[in-house]
Amino acid sequence: MRYLPLTPDDRVEMLARIGTASVDDLFADIPKDKRLTALPDLPLRKGELDVERTLARLAARNVPAGSVPFFVGAGAYRHHVPASVDHLIQRSEFLTSYTPYQPEIAQGTLQYLFEFQTQVAELTGMEVANASMYDGSTAAAEGVLMAHRLTKRDKAVLAGNLHPHYRETIATVCAHANQPLVVLPPAPGGDDDVLSSIDETVSCVVVQTPDVFGHLVDLKPIAEKAHAAGALLVAVFTEAVSLGLIEPPGAQGADIVVGEGQSIGNALNFGGPYVGLFATRQKFVRQMPGRLAGETLDAEGRRGFVLTLSTREQHIRREKATSNICTNSGLCALAFTIHLSLLGEAGLTRLARINHAAACDLADRLAALDGVSMLNESFFNEFTIRVKGDAAEVIERLAEKGILGGVPYSRLAPKAGLDDLILVAATETTTADDRAAYAAALKEVLA
Amino acid sequence: MNREGRGATAPMEAASTAPITFTGNKALDLEEGLLFEIGRTDVTGVDLDEPEAFSPRLGGLQRTAPLGLPGLSEPEAMRHYVRLSRMNYGIDSGLFPLGSCTMKHNPRLNERMARLSGFADLHPLQPVSTAQGALSVISELCRYLMVLTGMQAVAFTPKAGAHGELCGMMAIKAALAARGEKRHIVLVPESAHGTNPATAALLGYEVKSIPARPDGTVDPESVKAALSTDVAALMLTNPNTCGLFERDVVAIAEAVHAVGAYFYADGANFNAILGKVRIGDLGVDAMHINLHKTFSTPHGGGGPGAGPVVLSEALAPFAPVPAVVADGSGLRFIEEAGAEGAEQALGRMCAFHGQMGMFVRALSWMLSHGADGMRQASEDAVLSANYVRACLMDVMSAPFAERPAMHEALFDDAWLDGTGLSTLDIAKALIDEGYHPMTVYFPLVVHGAMLIEPTESESKASLDLFIAALRDLAMAAKAGDKDRFLGAPYYAPRRRLDETRAARMPVLRWTKPVALPRAAE
Repeated sequence: MRYLPLTPDDRVEMLARIGTASVDDLFADIPKDKRLTALPDLPLRKGELDVERTLARLAARNVPAGSVPFFVGAGAYRHHVPASVDHLIQRSEFLTSYTPYQPEIAQGTLQYLFEFQTQVAELTGMEVANASMYDGSTAAAEGVLMAHRLTKRDKAVLAGNLHPHYRETIATVCAHANQPLVVLPPAPGGDDDVLSSIDETVSCVVVQTPDVFGHLVDLKPIAEKAHAAGALLVAVFTEAVSLGLIEPPGAQGADIVVGEGQSIGNALNFGGPYVGLFATRQKFVRQMPGRLAGETLDAEGRRGFVLTLSTREQHIRREKATSNICTNSGLCALAFTIHLSLLGEAGLTRLARINHAAACDLADRLAALDGVSMLNESFFNEFTIRVKGDAAEVIERLAEKGILGGVPYSRLAPKAGLDDLILVAATETTTADDRAAYAAALKEVLA
Repeated sequence: MNREGRGATAPMEAASTAPITFTGNKALDLEEGLLFEIGRTDVTGVDLDEPEAFSPRLGGLQRTAPLGLPGLSEPEAMRHYVRLSRMNYGIDSGLFPLGSCTMKHNPRLNERMARLSGFADLHPLQPVSTAQGALSVISELCRYLMVLTGMQAVAFTPKAGAHGELCGMMAIKAALAARGEKRHIVLVPESAHGTNPATAALLGYEVKSIPARPDGTVDPESVKAALSTDVAALMLTNPNTCGLFERDVVAIAEAVHAVGAYFYADGANFNAILGKVRIGDLGVDAMHINLHKTFSTPHGGGGPGAGPVVLSEALAPFAPVPAVVADGSGLRFIEEAGAEGAEQALGRMCAFHGQMGMFVRALSWMLSHGADGMRQASEDAVLSANYVRACLMDVMSAPFAERPAMHEALFDDAWLDGTGLSTLDIAKALIDEGYHPMTVYFPLVVHGAMLIEPTESESKASLDLFIAALRDLAMAAKAGDKDRFLGAPYYAPRRRLDETRAARMPVLRWTKPVALPRAAE
């Protein structure tokens, strides 16, 4: 077998050195009647060519985003990732290394994590960021738990226009930890009222901007009211590129900022792996979940980096840890940080403008159609339309015409009774021709 | 050729002492500044055209202040990250015996497969009619995991091991709630990974520790003594973190079930028993499987991982959404808890459908190995660990050596008594010898623990060189050659780093240096 270097002779020699007759003796502690002698239900080994054929056949049964006019977003966005990003993250020393427990031979990982933390802090307008979480939704759940620890309260308020998957992820954790939760109803028109739910019993209010329907939310009055009640504002974003153009949540008074970093550096991957971004204020850092890279000196006085403040973490604190997280999203964080350093501020700002322009163009084209109404006054690269009829059916019929036209809100929240809404995203990967094709196809479908 | 010019250099002509270089570089060993020191905010490595004039619709929320993000041109970026990569040690660099982490070879075929556009360029929310191949991958991966574990269902969305633990323990909590019961205690052996008690505590459980018996395994009698009808679950790693198979696992499972509690297994060490025993036959109710360990998806410097959880019949109804089901027209997702087919689902672990990129890699690994290759991999991993232990036992001290090791060889620091050296010193000296150290000071139940997991990916020659290096170090330690250890590593990109300083005065991000006023001349 090509991945197994031991030869039959090696195995015999090694058994002799151990002083045992057969490899089965090494498994002697497994109850004899439970031991397997074979795996009859699985096929035998395959060569590379065979495996490649099998998996390529499965891949061919999917319609890749790049093969059609593509407008699907709702928390995962298709952007162009420079070729150098994928090349660099496949460097053996990055790809095949472990969590940097031995810092002297992991300075590469530790330095890029330190750079990543700085970039995330600057992007979100916060003071510190951690070395990544699994994804945006789990980062949001950790943000709520952190707010509970900081305020010593246990009731969070979730804005109605928080992505339904994020809402359910948070609700699942809170329900199993016996914590009450206030979940506001969705407000597709953008009139999501979180202010009236904030009082002295609330630990935090969780608000997404751009929200799931694409509206940009002014966080400042929410932050003010939350702070007056001794509560915290957890700001959420699902499209990191938006921060190239929008006032950062930190500048609007957020205490904890969490978000999905997929859209910078990472492919769609059918939902994962992605990278959760998590930032906060310096004064809250000891209640932060996750790993942190920090600067220090080595024995010769040279600058170097280590994992630090690990007394917050499970491998030291066990049941008293701030989170149970261990493995996070190191390599996706690397892709994020490489892409963002290639973009730089100038590139990110321009990329964000291109996205916004594409979405404005598409919004105008779709709003002009009969049977379509536009719900947004403000948006970044995604907005919501109301269509005549069932949105899921419209999307299916568009797909039959070779256009992936967005996400029916009912796919995210089947029981919300909002069956005529489509979330539509346009990034720099859409062309004017794609957008024209979408408008033409939608016109036909709705006719 | 060299027809003119200088003559060839003979090695002996070179000076014998190494000068300190002006740059701090040492030939191929290159220093690299921070991104923020080499990049500039007006530089970009991505050519983008300014869009045609349009009127923005940002609702007055456009950014007004600069962010301060530096940019690099592509050549600068390549050099920055290539130089950083060279300060790292990976599996491809050399033997990486980090116990409990299963640092096995990462086949590049799997990387290629995960990057097929039909998988990588696929949106989680595009119509399922356009993603049938992806749903097939998930369902095939789940089938393999069920066959390999003898379990009834797979919760495939958890993003890593600890997230899988959370999922499994939530399923247990949901199952108890469905029975109308609220229990308060979770039993965790002393030797468990830190994630186990952290997970139980996150769900509001009181964690009660179970001591190990002298041979390093859990005694069913001490489990029985701790069990009551207030115990929700036992969390047990098997093989355990001392590298031993819990031989009384069946009796332990029976005792747990007898009081109506559930048996959670930590699957971190699944590599030792892959294809050798099915945990479903041992009475386990839930176990997470680290695809980034046993099934070789790359660790990538600390993730991404994937932690699908296999569930027994008792817990299967409580699996989170989404689930993949087959109907007349093909495969589809059930995406909402409470919907038909997921009436008792515990909720949702994360947005979308889990770590698809890791599922493809893991399935590629499984297909490559097949039934025969997976069993062989497990046997070779166990054989290699036992071989390492056998070859080092006379110079180092191995607790619990009366029992066969599974895929890890455990040593303590008793052999260092009187040398003035610690486990950490051995680890750092191993770096100078060109190896990644073993896991140190874990499990906590063994003093100065050194946990060596060679995996199945090493040739005998490679194991022999590693053994020889450790033997030489052991001899040097006993011979009083202390400087070799106390100053180590000497040859790594950095000498020992001051972790106390890092924690006492945390510097967690770069900040612009403050320009100091010039001293009067």
